[in-house]
Amino acid sequence: MSTLAQHTADARRSARRRREAFAAYLLIAPDVLGLLLFIGLPMCLALGIAFFEVDGFGAYQFVGFDNFAKMAGDAMLSRSAGVTLGYVSGFVPLAFAVSLGLALLVREPFPGVRFVRMAFFLPNVISLVVAGVLWQFLLVDKRGAVPALLRPIGLGDVSWLGDPRFALASLVLISAWFLVGYQMLIFLAALNDIPREYYDASKVDGATPWQQFRYVTWPMLRPTSLFVAIHSSVGAVTGLQAFDLVYVLTRGGPANSTSTLIFYIYQQAFTYNHYGYAAAMTTMVVAFLAAVTGLMFALTRGGRFDAGDR
Amino acid sequence: MPGIANGRGLGVRALAAYALAAFTVSPMLWVFVTVFKPDDEVFSARLPSRITFANLAYVLTEMPLPRYLFNSALVSVTVTVVALLFHSMAAYALARLRFPGRNLIFSAILATLLVSLPAILVPLFIVVRELDMLDSYAGLIVPSIFHAFGIFLLRQHYLDFPRELEEAAELDGCGYFRIYWSIVLPLSRPMLASLGVLFFLANWNAFLWPLTMTRDPDLRVIQVGIAGLQGQYSSSWNYVLAASLIAAIPTMVVFFLGQRWLVDAMKTTGLK
Repeated sequence: MSTLAQHTADARRSARRRREAFAAYLLIAPDVLGLLLFIGLPMCLALGIAFFEVDGFGAYQFVGFDNFAKMAGDAMLSRSAGVTLGYVSGFVPLAFAVSLGLALLVREPFPGVRFVRMAFFLPNVISLVVAGVLWQFLLVDKRGAVPALLRPIGLGDVSWLGDPRFALASLVLISAWFLVGYQMLIFLAALNDIPREYYDASKVDGATPWQQFRYVTWPMLRPTSLFVAIHSSVGAVTGLQAFDLVYVLTRGGPANSTSTLIFYIYQQAFTYNHYGYAAAMTTMVVAFLAAVTGLMFALTRGGRFDAGDR
Repeated sequence: MPGIANGRGLGVRALAAYALAAFTVSPMLWVFVTVFKPDDEVFSARLPSRITFANLAYVLTEMPLPRYLFNSALVSVTVTVVALLFHSMAAYALARLRFPGRNLIFSAILATLLVSLPAILVPLFIVVRELDMLDSYAGLIVPSIFHAFGIFLLRQHYLDFPRELEEAAELDGCGYFRIYWSIVLPLSRPMLASLGVLFFLANWNAFLWPLTMTRDPDLRVIQVGIAGLQGQYSSSWNYVLAASLIAAIPTMVVFFLGQRWLVDAMKTTGLK
């Protein structure tokens, strides 16, 4: 008798399990198919197309490793990689330091703190295109607001976007203006999670504010700092910021001094119709992303996100 | 509060914060003022001698700006609604239901988290061209729906849900779709609202994808329109700035209405 009851119970359970799995597949199907088609397929395709020359009409011609060989000898490519490297090494530390500083500054409430936090985030709300137009207007040679303000200290005639020596620095500063508010919010959320007992205890021990930062805040922020640094670097290499702002502000000029890697790839594909060559360069970017993703998984042990999993 | 600053320190902090906040928004404020200046005062360092709405009126009546605004609204609202639906469905299944391959599928979704549009632009363009979706609303909308970020965030959110309600519904004989639709979805309204704000902003502000895949001027979205004006009317800053202001207004409104949810979302990102 008991075995029969067990059998029926087992059968019912497995039927239930099948129903549950079926419902689950239906629920995830739209997103999984969409991600496969519009992210997975393009990532794989990049490598495939890289072996072809593709013209503007969609005719493919197999060229083997020609596109990769071309990359090795392309001076503009190494120039663009250099620009991206310069952009990353300027933007990432600057945005990191400023956003952490702002988060510490607005961490404790004072009258109007909500509005101050919102003000720091506000540039992020307008689009990169509008931000680009806005700064281009403010930086217009000689007549713009920034040259006018800098005239008293003798910098009124500097062409911030038109001089190859300054254009990349301007791009870094404008990007930081746009993005620090976002990074600040991430730091702020993490700061609010640090138990205040730690600060009380350190105070009892007579710690100075600097010591509190160095021995309480900084170690407790480590996972967040890592997250911000990784995201900020990935954003600086492959994010929309590295295209939209360049397109609106300088079109890669002057003298290619702001032609980032992804801007160069875009130009090769959509200005010169070198889709195959652009795809070959895309594989490089995808490889970079894969490496960073792998690093992220390793550093978070792949399971940090799954802490609450059942 | 975490005892770093005493009263005096807080006063100095507040003053520094006010100054930096003013510094941050001043470029936007200055452009805002400039839009209401007569065109011969655009570069003057003073406030407008008289306030004019001529620049705004010109770009709204003499340029196809209303069409661009309509296209942007259509695309960003559709993407936001569909994305919220798909992502919450997937997130519910990934957080609550048991099925073979669940962990593998979730890891695969997570692995695409860092992939951005510029990185895969060229092959994505080719995929969309093969699907014959270039120069169409479908091409603007469909590829923009899918992103791991929303799925990840909602799944994290659903893991924290109390199970009791769902279990009660299950005992009442509700199927999984009923549970999703009438319990999970209404309970996650605040999270959906904040994600909705983020999705709307991202899509209203999108530039690269519409720029790449539309040729038809009737399909132009507002960001592409502005970038076009900037080339065409490079000497008429009053018009370019007026159009930019109009493009920024919806995002400002959505941000101010939605920011209380936005901060909640930041807290639950699990990215801390």
